[in-house]
Amino acid sequence: MSEVAEKEVKAPSEPLFSKKNVKLMTDPLDDDNPITVQVLGICSALAITVQVQQAVIMALSVTAVLIGGNFIISLMRNTIPNRIRIIVQLVIVASLVILVDQILKAFVYDISKALSVFVGLIITNCIIMGRLEAFALGNKPWPSVLDGVGNGAGYGAILIIVAIVREIFGSGSLSLPGVGQFKIIPEAVYEFGYMNNNMMILPPMALVTVGIIIWVQRSRNTELIESH
Amino acid sequence: MKALEKLMQSIKPKEDAKFPLAYWVWDGMYTFMFVPGHVTHKGTHVRDAIDLKRTMFTVIIALIPALLFGMWNVGNQHYIALGQEAELMDKFIFGLIKVLPLVVVSYGVGLGIEFIFAAINRHPIQEGFLVSGMLIPLTMPVEVPLWMLAVATAFAVVIGKEVFGGTGMNILNPALTARAFLFFAYPTKMSGTTVWVDTTTDQGQQVVDSFTGATALGDLATTTGSAVGVNTDVMGMFADGGVYSMFNSFMGWIPGSVGETSVVACLIGAAILLITGIGSWRIMASMTVGGLVMGYIFNAFAVNDFMTISPVHQLLLGGFMFGMVFMATDPVSAAQTNMGKIIYGFFAGFFAIMIRVFNPAYPEGVMMAILFMNVMAPMIDHYVVQANINKRLKRVKVAA
Repeated sequence: MSEVAEKEVKAPSEPLFSKKNVKLMTDPLDDDNPITVQVLGICSALAITVQVQQAVIMALSVTAVLIGGNFIISLMRNTIPNRIRIIVQLVIVASLVILVDQILKAFVYDISKALSVFVGLIITNCIIMGRLEAFALGNKPWPSVLDGVGNGAGYGAILIIVAIVREIFGSGSLSLPGVGQFKIIPEAVYEFGYMNNNMMILPPMALVTVGIIIWVQRSRNTELIESH
Repeated sequence: MKALEKLMQSIKPKEDAKFPLAYWVWDGMYTFMFVPGHVTHKGTHVRDAIDLKRTMFTVIIALIPALLFGMWNVGNQHYIALGQEAELMDKFIFGLIKVLPLVVVSYGVGLGIEFIFAAINRHPIQEGFLVSGMLIPLTMPVEVPLWMLAVATAFAVVIGKEVFGGTGMNILNPALTARAFLFFAYPTKMSGTTVWVDTTTDQGQQVVDSFTGATALGDLATTTGSAVGVNTDVMGMFADGGVYSMFNSFMGWIPGSVGETSVVACLIGAAILLITGIGSWRIMASMTVGGLVMGYIFNAFAVNDFMTISPVHQLLLGGFMFGMVFMATDPVSAAQTNMGKIIYGFFAGFFAIMIRVFNPAYPEGVMMAILFMNVMAPMIDHYVVQANINKRLKRVKVAA
């Protein structure tokens, strides 16, 4: 540990987007994805992926809280007493979530209503606690911010993929924040007897969709398969 | 047969050819028709004369009465709805035309997916789908659109089975997975009053008036909201001489899913399964007892008309018998220990009647109950095995 610290002191002018730092951002997109590999934050992935617009807003909110939380905790990492660190983290995350919640209410009231309790539940989102504990407490602010960006993006990517699948097959439409919902599947198809899949709107199908994403990811990259 | 075998041998594709599918399809066909030439090379083995293919085939044979009766009943219900007289063969042929596409789609989609997975994973084609492919159409309302059936079959085979590692690894019964998927995905096509009977006339119009196409359970579900004795018209149908009288429900000339209505056909199937030793009598017996117990409990309280139905009659309605004989006894998804099978069967029957009576939205409680017990089966087995270990451990301690 001390060796590493010394090394970093010797080389203070590491570029902002060095290879190591970029890896912090790109790894969580695929090989270290918070949902499909770390298996964190599943509950919100199941709950708010019925519509793409909700998923986008949720992903942005979580990313904002994650970046803010990582940054603040990383700044305070040397002063937080180890025994009360969870409480300190909670206080910081909770204040950030309240901020995000107020902003959502002010600017995207409809979606904020649709997300309802899940905005508040960002506090308990395992990804946030997990990254604070695992990364921000032991790293400098800049890498922590990048880690927040990467994990938020990785979370958001899965959320949006699941939401696209669920919204197209469940409601036959797509929606974007600010643009609103528009029909994707033409009326003519319905006249042939096609019907929206109600199961897609129910949470179990979100679980299946996430499962299929995990399946595809692991058959592409066999290193991710756990031995058992 | 010899000539065919020679022909098959002569076109045998290479195992490591460019298209692994070719070899495994050939292998599947060959072992399906002839005794496979596999021999064991090392050590001592006890080989049973009956392999997975023969087991599956016995179940198919047991399903044939239900299938044939289902075809006849589809035609029967159709002509009753139209108010026309028809000969036995007319009814049967009408049913054949309606049911055969369901069977073909189910087998086509399911086996297609099985073949693809076999080729990707380079293993012999697994026979598990032979039975599922027959069970899926038998659990469907006759009016289900074919594309929905295809989607559900694909879902059941991929998510219900291949994800877990294929035949023998699945947690849930694939046929019921397909049905449950459709039930939640397209509820308007899986329940209600319009899907059970084909009411198209020869000219192509629908019979609108004068006919309600609900199932017995669908009718009963409407009575749960009111006190005993209010729904005399519905209950009249279940009395002697009514449409859903005990005798009619037993013989099966009532509306319902294709293969589930006739208790007689299910019992013939049960007899075949029991004589050949393929179905578990423990599950069948305990599930009957479970259903009866719940029926008597409801009789004792009887706060609405549904609860006053006689327990035996409860067992004859809906898919209880079909589920009990062909679904609950699925050797993969049921409990494995003897004691476990009894517990598993009992609760499957118990919950089936309970769900059907308590939740009018899910008249087909049997499906839910069996799927639920499928999930519970490993836990039941675990505790049964653990209990045995503890018992024997105690003996050791006493002796020591």
